[in-house]
Amino acid sequence: MKKKNIPIDLLYIPALILLVVFVVYPLIYGVQLSLTNWNGYSPTYKYVGLANYQKMIHDKMFYTALKNTLIYGFGSTALQTILGILYALLLQKKFPGQTLARVIIYLPAMIASLIMGYISYFLVQYNNGAINDIVKLLGGQPVDWMASGKRAVWIIVMINVLQFVGKTMIIMIAGLQGIPDSYNEAASIDGASYPQRLRHITLPLLLPAITTSVVLNLIGGLKLFGIILATTSGGPGYSTHSLSTLINYLYFQNQNAGYSAAVGMFMFLFIMVISTFIRRVLERKVADLS
Amino acid sequence: MKKDKIVSWLKAITAFMLITVHIAPFYILINMSLKSPGERTSRWMPPAKLHIQNYISAMEMGNLLLAIRNTLIIVAASVVIIVMVGAMAAYPLARKVTKKNQLILGFIVGIMMVPQLSILVPLYKEMVSLGGINTYWGVIIVSATFNLPMAIYMYTNFIGTIPRELDEAAMIDGCSHMQVFFRIIMPSLKAITASVVIWTSVGIWNDYQFQLYFLQKPSFRTITLAITTFFTETKTDMGAAAAAAFMVVLPPVILYIMLQKYFVKGAMDSAVK
Repeated sequence: MKKKNIPIDLLYIPALILLVVFVVYPLIYGVQLSLTNWNGYSPTYKYVGLANYQKMIHDKMFYTALKNTLIYGFGSTALQTILGILYALLLQKKFPGQTLARVIIYLPAMIASLIMGYISYFLVQYNNGAINDIVKLLGGQPVDWMASGKRAVWIIVMINVLQFVGKTMIIMIAGLQGIPDSYNEAASIDGASYPQRLRHITLPLLLPAITTSVVLNLIGGLKLFGIILATTSGGPGYSTHSLSTLINYLYFQNQNAGYSAAVGMFMFLFIMVISTFIRRVLERKVADLS
Repeated sequence: MKKDKIVSWLKAITAFMLITVHIAPFYILINMSLKSPGERTSRWMPPAKLHIQNYISAMEMGNLLLAIRNTLIIVAASVVIIVMVGAMAAYPLARKVTKKNQLILGFIVGIMMVPQLSILVPLYKEMVSLGGINTYWGVIIVSATFNLPMAIYMYTNFIGTIPRELDEAAMIDGCSHMQVFFRIIMPSLKAITASVVIWTSVGIWNDYQFQLYFLQKPSFRTITLAITTFFTETKTDMGAAAAAAFMVVLPPVILYIMLQKYFVKGAMDSAVK
């Protein structure tokens, strides 16, 4: 008698149940809540149609958060990509100090970004901050670094870069190791200088690794949360809020859960669209080259 | 060969400068954690006298032992779920490559792009009605779910490299899919499971987004939440705050230094597609 064999596909059912119940369902439920005036705790709420989305269009706070989210996303990605490639080029081949440098540069990626934010606070603090200590040592006046929102946004970008540039570096090193030495040697014999080789051989061949890290860094930067929460909590005023911290603020401090859900749905779509678009563009470039 | 030597020296000097910049925040952290509040020298100056008291007050004020226990419970339980559910899900996805299964894998990988904060309001409300707020299981099941896609992705890639002949032979001998999975596939997943365990443990150890909302009772406070209280409520004792932060970042950092290869490989596995 043949033993009854259950279909193999049943094995992914538990995973699908978890993902549907705790990710897909909340996404759909989020659309529903975004059409209400729910305050976050009362048992009742009213449907208000698209009012929350209309409010978004006229909300200065939302625009600031959106603009900052773009800076956090694209600013971090640009810096991480450039620094990551430079670091990888430097630390690719063996020399004294190479391993130590790699370990130290990657190290902050092991830490919760919230705590990375708190640690950075010791550096950028006005009173006794480590950076102001250096400023004073050089004869300058101490600066209240986080007092201006515009500057604070870029300081937050730099903290994020400091934390995750190591990850980009590792991806780039993996990419560099995939380029056969013979290409560069041949070009070298033909008289190509180092910058020429970099431009015409290394960088084009590194494009798949660049694509991967750009997409990862972009998603990471666009949903930045912990560092902002730890260093400025969105202040001064609302000048450093990202979409993430805005959602948190609207829900827990402003009792505006319906609006918060609407911003959440916007953020989800926004990140999906941007990262898919960038991935497409870069992948087309990779395809053109090969 | 003289030029090579100069280049090598220049590289070493540049690397040294990079190390200095990147280590600075941690140097400041350790320095502050060892200074007494009365010592008002620059944060760059090492302490005149080691002030271990900071560590004791950090443990007591932050109730760090309880926080570490809570975090370990959440990490351990989530990792068990991730490994079991993840490996099981990856087996059919790697072995039976049909249109449907490729769509499902695409869906699972796509979930990785959903920002946790974007579904904060509905997920929180769902958890309230399920009774999962201020419980271990609430945080555990949500942490496990959000880390699941990466685990499934890593397992699927790995199972793809195990020769099919093994399972086919076992099937001919009359094993069911379940038996093949538990007797043949599971035992050969040790290496990748190590990566998945390390990777997700560090991730959940460091997570706070769900804990922040789902665990509001002090008795459920996890390490990241404990650290937060030092920087928000009692901003007075910076030495203790630094000591607490240092103790919390130490375990993943030690794990990383001991198991560098796994981390570097994990970073590459999870990225190079």
